[in-house]
Amino acid sequence: MQLTNRSKVVSHKEQSFAEKIYFPAIVKGMAVTFSHLFKKRPTIMYPEQHREFAPIYRGEHVLKRDDNGAERCTSCGMCAVACPAEAITMESAERKKGEEHLYREEKYAAKYEINMLRCIFCGLCEEACPKEAIFLTDKIVDADYEREGFIFGKDKLVEKMDRRIDVTKRQTPEVLEFKKQPGLKHNALYNKTELDRGKKH
Amino acid sequence: MAEIIIYKSIICLVVFVVSLGIAAYSTWWERKFAGLLQDRWGPSRAGVWGLLQPLADGGKMLFKEEIIPNVSNKFLFVLAPGLFIVTAIMAGVLIPWAPDVVINSTPYAMQVADVNVGVIFLLGVTSVGVYGIMIGGWASNNKYSLLGAIRASAQMISYELAMGIALIALIITAGGTLSFREIIAQQDAGFANIVWQPLGFIIFFVCALAETNRAPFDLAECETELVGGYHTEYSAFKLGLFLFAEYINMFVSSAVMAGFYFGGYNFPFASELYHAMGLETGSWIISLIGFGAYFTKTLIFISVFMWIRWTIPRFRYDQLMNLGWKALLPLSLLNLVITVVVEYFRGNIQF
Repeated sequence: MQLTNRSKVVSHKEQSFAEKIYFPAIVKGMAVTFSHLFKKRPTIMYPEQHREFAPIYRGEHVLKRDDNGAERCTSCGMCAVACPAEAITMESAERKKGEEHLYREEKYAAKYEINMLRCIFCGLCEEACPKEAIFLTDKIVDADYEREGFIFGKDKLVEKMDRRIDVTKRQTPEVLEFKKQPGLKHNALYNKTELDRGKKH
Repeated sequence: MAEIIIYKSIICLVVFVVSLGIAAYSTWWERKFAGLLQDRWGPSRAGVWGLLQPLADGGKMLFKEEIIPNVSNKFLFVLAPGLFIVTAIMAGVLIPWAPDVVINSTPYAMQVADVNVGVIFLLGVTSVGVYGIMIGGWASNNKYSLLGAIRASAQMISYELAMGIALIALIITAGGTLSFREIIAQQDAGFANIVWQPLGFIIFFVCALAETNRAPFDLAECETELVGGYHTEYSAFKLGLFLFAEYINMFVSSAVMAGFYFGGYNFPFASELYHAMGLETGSWIISLIGFGAYFTKTLIFISVFMWIRWTIPRFRYDQLMNLGWKALLPLSLLNLVITVVVEYFRGNIQF
């Protein structure tokens, strides 16, 4: 009974003399391997040489500061809500007097942690952020020996003023326009929280 | 007398150190060459071109934990790698690396020992090499080790027959001498033995692959089936010795092939070259050039061994035995008959 027409008839043909003595086949095989001596190698010698990344590559996160050096993050929690891997946790605090140069708005993130082992680098946090505070850069997350080492706090995430990170590639007008779309789930959430906040005040 | 002792000690030391050095750098070249054949670069981190890789590997082997299984036969377990490497190095004493150097009209042979039954000594020593593997596999008290050892010994014993008969044909061509030195010296005028023994060379080459447990005949260690074969239970430097000895074996059998079939330190138009350079027989420069020629041939053979390893898949056990007993043995007998007929018509043997 034939169930499919995918079956193949096995060939039990007698081996010819040339096949039996192996040598022609061996010589052919060795010619193939020899020709590979002169082929171009695709190896990229990693630490010295880098693979060219796509302009929209998503690597380690950065928490941006504004031009005056104040942190942009207001600890609204939108990124944590948007995060499908639940990698982001934060604790917020209220800005005191005299801290205006440190934090841009009245509320800020006292603690902000991303678990890099959970993170899937989808970039939804960046998309959700209403304050242009979090971005994914083209830096590869460093390896570590301990699990604890992969929980990145503010010390690693917040941008240093003397080494600012250029994220203009990820801030094109199209992107900014896209982020304003009301249909996006987190935008709806954000609008709702803003609304709630408005009601309270 | 004192002179002889000093000169022999120097030669011994040099041969010993060179054998070990070549074995160490064979591991490097094996990995490098494999990389190149597979569109990779191979080791490239330890030093320039990864040249310090053997030292790193050796250091790693030295500092690893040494495990002797509780259920093993401890004496034999420790003995086996030593026995294996000693027999591997011992085969190297036969090889005359260069033409004699004459100092104060005394010829100094560039060879540790000119054994007048060199070929038999060689076969004997390589046979004893099987004991290292057999004892190692047996003493480990591990089924994989034992299987590997059984395979290795069966394979080496089977292929020794064809190898021996191929060598008999070679000895007939070389004029009936068993001395390594004379077999090479006899090739200085006229052709190398490969011209008279093409079939014999192929048989010897295949057998040499099997004797050194190299792919496609590496059933003895066959990672896919037997973990590591006879050295599954070995660790640290004892494992290192086993692996090292295999490379020494490869080096020695390459040197033997280069000597027996490709003229050793002789090369085409050698005497014309030496004459043109105005060198007299026994000059150390001739020795140096001869050594260079021999060494180059040996290194080429080592590379060919590796090239084969990274091209041809492993034989199945029954295929291995078929090839040994049903193909190589009759072929070597045929080769012997052909050799006798040819040599009779060349007038080298009379009845």
